[in-house]
Amino acid sequence: MTSFDLAAQPLRDLNRALHGIADGDNRTAWEILNPRGAHAVAVGVNQPVDITVKGNVGYYCAGMNEAATITIEGSAGPGLAENIMSGTVRVKGDASQYAAATGHGGLVVIEGNASSRCGISMKGVDIVVGGNVGHMSAFMGQAGHLVVLGDAGDGLGDSIYEAELFVRGTVKSLGADCIRKEMDEAHIATLAGLLAKAGFDADPASFKRYGSARKLYHFNVDHADAY
Amino acid sequence: MCGVVGLFLKNSKLSGDLGAMTAAMLAVLTDRGPDSAGIAIYDPAKAGKVKLTVRAEAGADWDALAARLAEAIGAKVKVAPRDTHAVLKLAEDAADDAFHALATIAPEVTLMSRGEAMEIYKEVGLPADVTARFGIAGMSGTHAIGHTRMATESAVTTVGAHPFSTGADQCLIHNGSLSNHNNLRRVLKREGIAFGSENDTEVAAAYLTHKMAGGLGLGEALDAGIRDLDGFYTFVVATKTGFGVLRDPIACKPAVLAETDDYVAIGSEYRAMVMLPGIDTARVWEPEPATSYFWTH
Repeated sequence: MTSFDLAAQPLRDLNRALHGIADGDNRTAWEILNPRGAHAVAVGVNQPVDITVKGNVGYYCAGMNEAATITIEGSAGPGLAENIMSGTVRVKGDASQYAAATGHGGLVVIEGNASSRCGISMKGVDIVVGGNVGHMSAFMGQAGHLVVLGDAGDGLGDSIYEAELFVRGTVKSLGADCIRKEMDEAHIATLAGLLAKAGFDADPASFKRYGSARKLYHFNVDHADAY
Repeated sequence: MCGVVGLFLKNSKLSGDLGAMTAAMLAVLTDRGPDSAGIAIYDPAKAGKVKLTVRAEAGADWDALAARLAEAIGAKVKVAPRDTHAVLKLAEDAADDAFHALATIAPEVTLMSRGEAMEIYKEVGLPADVTARFGIAGMSGTHAIGHTRMATESAVTTVGAHPFSTGADQCLIHNGSLSNHNNLRRVLKREGIAFGSENDTEVAAAYLTHKMAGGLGLGEALDAGIRDLDGFYTFVVATKTGFGVLRDPIACKPAVLAETDDYVAIGSEYRAMVMLPGIDTARVWEPEPATSYFWTH
C-alpha cells in the first residue's frame, strides 16, 4: 500500500505521482489521507490501480479516469469523475452536481445521493446511484445507463438521445422527449448486471425504464412556424 | 464566482472563537473571491442599546466624531474604532436621531449597519488581509456570515462588497449574478429606495427590505424573491437571531451545510469547514434548490 498524506504533501505531487505509475508498476494500491475537501484529487489516472481516498473531496475528483478503481470514503464536490473513460469510481457518501458528466465509459457508483445534472451529456458511462438524483439528470444523455435506486428530480432525461435510465422511486417530472418505456427481459438482465456490478441488492423488476421518444432527432417541418 | 461562509453557534461555549473560526473559513475561499471581503457578526449589545457601524474612507477622528454626535443628540455615545470602521453604541431611543445627525455632522461617514447585535465590516482586498485589518479573529458572538467577492456585475469597491444590510440586524450575501437587477432597481427607485452602487446584490437586499417593510417576514420575502429575482444565486441571510440559506431553482452556485451539536456551518465548499471542531463527524449535506433553510436561537 502506497500512502499519500495531503496534509503533509501538496496535491500536485500526488497527481504527478499517480501519473508516474508505469505499466507493470508494483504500486497497485494507494491510499490518500486528509483530502479535506481538496479539488482535483486523483485526476487523469490511467493505470489499473486501486486508490482509496479517506475523506471528503471537493471539485473534480477522479476526473478523466481511465482503468483505475477509485473509492472515496466520504462525499464528493461538483464534477466527480467528469469525462470518465473506464475503470470504477465509487463514492460512499453523496456527490454534488454534474457527477460523471460527459462520461464515455466505466462505472460510477454513488452510494448516497447525487444532486443536479448527474450524468449530463453521458456518452457511455454506467452510473448507479443508491439514493436520489437532482434535477436535469442525464440531460442530453447519448449512451450508457443511469440507475437510480431512490427518486429523480425535475426534468429527468431532458433532450435525451440513447442513454437508458432506470428509476426505482418517483420521477418528479420528465424532460423534453423523455418517456417511460417498457421493461423486457433484456432490460431486466442489463439492470440486474448493473446492480450486481455496483453491489446493490435490489429487485430489477421494481424499477421503471425511461428513454428517448426520438422526436427531437430531426427537424420537423410541421413545426417550422414555431421558429 | 464568489465564496460564502456562515457559522451559527448552538453551543455558547464557542462564542469566544466565533470571529477566529469565521475568519479562517473565509481565508480558505480566497480563490473564489480575491477582490473584496466582508463579514457580519452578531454579538448582542446590552438591553436598550443599539450599535451603528460606520465607515470613513480615509479613517476619521472617531473620538471627536462620537463627541460631536453625543452633543447633537443629547445622549451618550461610545465608540469602538476598527481600522476604517467604527461601532457607535448608544441608547436605542436615540438611534433615529443619531442616524439623521450623522448625515449632517459627518457626511463623509457611511452607515454600514444598524442593530442591537449586528456589526458589518467590509473592504477591498484579500480575505485574510481584510479580516486582519478589522481584528475579526478576536471577536465573539452568536453567529456570523462572511463573503469573498470575485466581481462580475459592478466595480471592485467597498460599497460593492458584501454583506449588504437589508434592515436593522439583517443582511445578505450572495454568490451568483442577477440578470434583472437594472429593471428591479428602477422599480424600487420609484418606490423611494436609494441605492449606493450599481451592484446586483444591493438590489436583492433592497428588494427584501422593501418586501419586509410591506409586512412580509424574511422567509416570505425570500419566497417572493424566487419569483421576482431572475438569475443565479446562493443567498445567505442573517438576522438578529439566526441565519439561513436559499439557492435558486437551477442551483449551479454551490453550497454545503454542516451540523453538529455545537453549530451549523454554511460554506460554498466543504474545504471552508475543515478546520471546525468535530467536522469529521458532522452531518454534511447540500441544500436543495429553491428551498429555504433557517436556524434561529
